[in-house]
Amino acid sequence: MSASYRARVVLRLGDDVSTDAIYPGRFMATVLPTETPQYCFADVIEFNRRLRDGEVPPGSVIVADRNFGTGSSREQAASCLKGWDLVVVANNYSRIFLQNAVNLGLRLVVCPGIEASEGDELELSAEAVTNLRTGATFLVEPLPPARQAIVDAGGLIPYIRRRVTEARAG
Amino acid sequence: MGMTVAEKILARASGVAHVAAGEVVEPAVDLAMSHENAALVMNQFAQIYEGTGLKARVWDPDKIAIVFDHRVPAETAKTATNQKKVREFVAAQGITKFHDISADGGGICHQILPESGYVRPGMVVVGTDSHTSTHGALGAMAIGVGATDMAGVWALGRMVNVEVPGSIKVVADGEFGPSVGPKDLILYLIGMLSAEGANFRVIEFHGRAVRGMSLSGRLVVCNMSVEAGATCGIVPADDETVRYLREEAGVVDPMEAVSPDGDAVYEETLEIDVSRIEPQVARPHTVDNVGPVGDVEGTRIDQVVIGSCTNGRLDDLETAAAVLRGNRVAKGTRMLVFPASWRIYKEALARGIIADLVGAGAIIMNPGCGCCLGVHQGALGDGEVALATTNRNFKGRMGNPDASVYLASPLTAAVSALHGAITDPRKEGG
Repeated sequence: MSASYRARVVLRLGDDVSTDAIYPGRFMATVLPTETPQYCFADVIEFNRRLRDGEVPPGSVIVADRNFGTGSSREQAASCLKGWDLVVVANNYSRIFLQNAVNLGLRLVVCPGIEASEGDELELSAEAVTNLRTGATFLVEPLPPARQAIVDAGGLIPYIRRRVTEARAG
Repeated sequence: MGMTVAEKILARASGVAHVAAGEVVEPAVDLAMSHENAALVMNQFAQIYEGTGLKARVWDPDKIAIVFDHRVPAETAKTATNQKKVREFVAAQGITKFHDISADGGGICHQILPESGYVRPGMVVVGTDSHTSTHGALGAMAIGVGATDMAGVWALGRMVNVEVPGSIKVVADGEFGPSVGPKDLILYLIGMLSAEGANFRVIEFHGRAVRGMSLSGRLVVCNMSVEAGATCGIVPADDETVRYLREEAGVVDPMEAVSPDGDAVYEETLEIDVSRIEPQVARPHTVDNVGPVGDVEGTRIDQVVIGSCTNGRLDDLETAAAVLRGNRVAKGTRMLVFPASWRIYKEALARGIIADLVGAGAIIMNPGCGCCLGVHQGALGDGEVALATTNRNFKGRMGNPDASVYLASPLTAAVSALHGAITDPRKEGG
């Protein structure tokens, strides 16, 4: 992972943020990662407007508590966040959402105990997240090696592409 | 060290003698299911082959199942075009287990797979739908995945970099009280575990209450295991599994049940006496917000929904029909019924169940998922309240973030429909 960088918290959420909240079901007929970002948090109307009006810089952070991404397997929930180049910092994640994020290259930070409010500036590194307003630092839990390997390959598509090419060559 | 059912299945599928929770394996996939989101899988699948000079061919067209159920018949030109592209792909790749929009073989994927005999004990099943956990009811390891994971499976025939999940053993003993059943048990368990209590883990179900449950009830329990975060809910196969597959799904090949070892290691063991469980209701807006029906009794309801991949099977419809026969759905309450498959729909027609429901004022919808996730009919108005037998009540779930969804059993839902308010089914002698 790259060196540390600074970014602002643009949305602060609680526990059990569902994939229905991230990407409402009524937009699920839209599937392509190039088209899903417009519906990111569509029911959080003001945040969605700021995204579409270009008011949220790439690398901005969504902070949440526990079990972020609970619910459906819809990959749109990961691709819409990735499309705006958002970073999620949460205590932990629901399994399928975490895997989808790893597969698509959406940056998730597993940060138990994170305390931050909307507007706070954070410093993020591979090891820790520091809240520059409060001065508090929270340790980051690394991804398990099996998932990190997919991140390091640039996502699941390049990872599988390599396997497919090797298999045909072998 | 002994193995759980999940560990045994993953070891066999990965070609090794033994695995333990936390190890990384690459299990071969026996069945790979998608619905309309096959359109996205196709996009990701094509990308895998970009620049390789290789032709994009699926690894085994007989092991892929595609079932249209989320938006049927298509509600917009966009959906219809997606479905058309999937049909073309199915034809080009020679995919055999394809269930199109038709009263001949159509329905919801989590009913079509079991009733078609596609899922057998010991299989590794993956599906681009979180409720793929349903198929653990047949003693299989069934995992919900995203579209890109599925594209990888289409290419390689295996899942890669899979961490073997640990298991929670749930032992449900005792006898269900009157008006209480599998849906109440799983809601109660989700309330106990919380929405993330089984995240990254498998729930393995044991005990006399589970053994005594029909396959239909086991499908309910495994379907909603994912609402506690579980990778899969598994009921180890037994005589009932074999009976269902032989008699109802027409399976003739030999089958082999997978049972856990006596010294299998579980992360946790939970014992539940089902005789102590009351009819349960999950309140808005999380599935783990569960309590006995008495806590919410009298809550006015604008819409009752019976059906979905959770509770749209023949016994569910029969339960509702028995309550509604000769009665009327309360004025001011709408009642929608979604059978889980066309086979169930036709059987319900033949048995007079549909006539009973329609006679009471219920609307019979075609089998599908649409209403449950708010994408195809049955949407709620601002401030409205629904009581549903479906599996999720997240904010916005039934198409409106300003509405509320409560979850309960088919019996509780049907009794409540008569009163236009959430009602304890025990008061009706149900």
